[in-house]
Amino acid sequence: MLSEAVREILKHKANEIRKDVVRMLAIAGSGHTAGSLGMADVFTLLYFYILKHKPEKPNWEGRDRLILSNGHICPVLYATMAHAGYFDIEELWTLRKFGSRLQGHPHREFLPGIETSSGPLGSGLSQALGMAIADRMDFGNQSGRFFYCIMGDGELNEGQVWEAVLHAGKEKLHNLIAIIDRNDIQIDGYTHEVMPLEPLKDKWESFNWHVQEVDGHDFDALHGAIDLAKNVNNKPSVLIAVTVPGKGVKEIERKPEWHGKPPNKEEARRFLMELEKDF
Amino acid sequence: MLNKHLNLNPKLFDSDVEQAPLRDGFGKGLVKAAEINEKVVGLCADVTESVRMHWFAQKFPDRFIQTGVTEQHMASCASGIAAMGKIPFISSYAMFNGGRNWEQIRTTICYNDVPVKIAGSHSGLSVGPDGGTHQALEDMALMRVIPRMEVVAPCDALEAEKATVAIANTKNPSYLRLAREQTPVITTADTPFEIGKSVILWDNTAQVDCIENRKPPTKNSRNSRVAIIACGTMVHKALVAGRELASRGFGVIVVNNHTIKPLDKSTLLNVASKVDFVITAESHQIYGGLGGAIAELLSENMPKRMAFIGVRDKFGQSGTGEELFKHYKMTHVDMVNAAITFAEG
Ligand SMILES: Cc1ncc(C[n+]2csc(CCOP(=O)(O)OP(=O)(O)O)c2C)c(N)n1
Ligand SMILES: [Mg+2]
Repeated sequence: MLSEAVREILKHKANEIRKDVVRMLAIAGSGHTAGSLGMADVFTLLYFYILKHKPEKPNWEGRDRLILSNGHICPVLYATMAHAGYFDIEELWTLRKFGSRLQGHPHREFLPGIETSSGPLGSGLSQALGMAIADRMDFGNQSGRFFYCIMGDGELNEGQVWEAVLHAGKEKLHNLIAIIDRNDIQIDGYTHEVMPLEPLKDKWESFNWHVQEVDGHDFDALHGAIDLAKNVNNKPSVLIAVTVPGKGVKEIERKPEWHGKPPNKEEARRFLMELEKDF
Repeated sequence: MLNKHLNLNPKLFDSDVEQAPLRDGFGKGLVKAAEINEKVVGLCADVTESVRMHWFAQKFPDRFIQTGVTEQHMASCASGIAAMGKIPFISSYAMFNGGRNWEQIRTTICYNDVPVKIAGSHSGLSVGPDGGTHQALEDMALMRVIPRMEVVAPCDALEAEKATVAIANTKNPSYLRLAREQTPVITTADTPFEIGKSVILWDNTAQVDCIENRKPPTKNSRNSRVAIIACGTMVHKALVAGRELASRGFGVIVVNNHTIKPLDKSTLLNVASKVDFVITAESHQIYGGLGGAIAELLSENMPKRMAFIGVRDKFGQSGTGEELFKHYKMTHVDMVNAAITFAEG
């Protein structure tokens, strides 16, 4: 259990991050709103409570690695990194602009702290797995580093994901933790209509993963699940984090059409007021 | 005249010239590279012996990763391994490793800027009986267009071995083009090899130029100086064609252009400046591979008439290598004929 104080700090942070996501997207005039808002709690917990990292020294060797496989939700990654101290909040307003380090989809070459370039779906888990294997080659089980891979649920349609799921089961990588944004939307509609994934837990279990379903907005539950995942020996772990796409802005919650569109100026004002008020 | 400084195989024109598959050279080179550098690791997608990674796997079991038949995953997995400071070699048939996993190579390896080394075995027509599905005739084009990628197509097993050791040391991603079949050994252990350095194997232009009132090679010939620029398994055929043309009075330069990217511009432009006509030869589509690369270089700097020896916008099919090279007009005779046609034209 997190202490009351920590929980409040995390909630506050997550709300600040959501507001910045709305501002960034409105200024950029394009980008992905639903997933970014939906994953704000997960990112906040990771960057402010779980990850071993040094924002002032992004290439520190001992850091945990966070691989964002569904690169399109990078607004929440950038906003969280800015709040964690990787760069100034002001830089968030350059999202998607010419010369910006905050590319429309993350690019490792441009921004220290980004572990992999992503955008094309389906390849992040393979990369995280490769890193986890390299870590084991060098340190056995002793490095203390963990390799987190964030993925979308629509992303799980990609065949390559299942190649990696299969391979990770074989390698029994205890240091690999996947987190699925189970928000039931993708571009063309609800995930359960476009390409049903259930029974999702069974699928991953049958590939020899340790699986937990968890409320992606409950800090205590998320924290407990990640803690447990880190202590599973001999198996990779996956969290199926059930989230509400567009979380925090009632009028867009659970609406697939908000997958890939930004708020206009008027909407942004409304969204920000709601986020302000509710907090 | 064969280049005396290269220590080439003295038996290279003999009918009993030693033969070895390029993939064997890769297998030996990988063991060497791994002995030199402990960061070298190997991944293979269920064709380990076939691509000759099994020698490495036996010697360094802890540094070998069997990925099963997952070429797309293998490419991205290697990207992650490279991001942790290692030098992964990934191997399968060129059609699948380079072909099937192209986008993973582009995004997770090249865009990501990590030094993954891609071995595409069984490239070209000479896969023979397996037929069109397995004959990668587009791989050099696919790999060449990706920024940062180096593309190397060695001419024989010894050169493949040297190339494998060499690409382990470059900081860029690399594509190494290999072939399955027996290929005449042109070089020796003492033949120099450097990535990005084209090799002039044969040059008799000086001799031809200095013979006053020399007999023209063909009836109306005006343009009798020709360069044949080849890569991979076509280099030996180019040498045979070059010698034949020289015996008919042509001035010929034969280039082993083992590095398709980055191109050795100065050597190639220097060669082009000495000839009237350029022939390229590759076991690949004539579009986008070696011929395309040379055409781009020349048309921008020193336009020359060219002929392209390669597959002309067709798929491959089953047959022996010999039958297929004949069918697709890719033998040394076709190179000789291209030069004669030009000279008479
Ligand atoms: C390989 C690939 N194909 C298609 C796309 C286009 N695309 C971007 S996001 C997306 C839907 C992904 O769904 P999900 O992962 O659930 O993301 P969410 O809508 O929940 O943010 C698609 C098809 C892509 N980025 N990569
Ligand atoms: Mg989704």
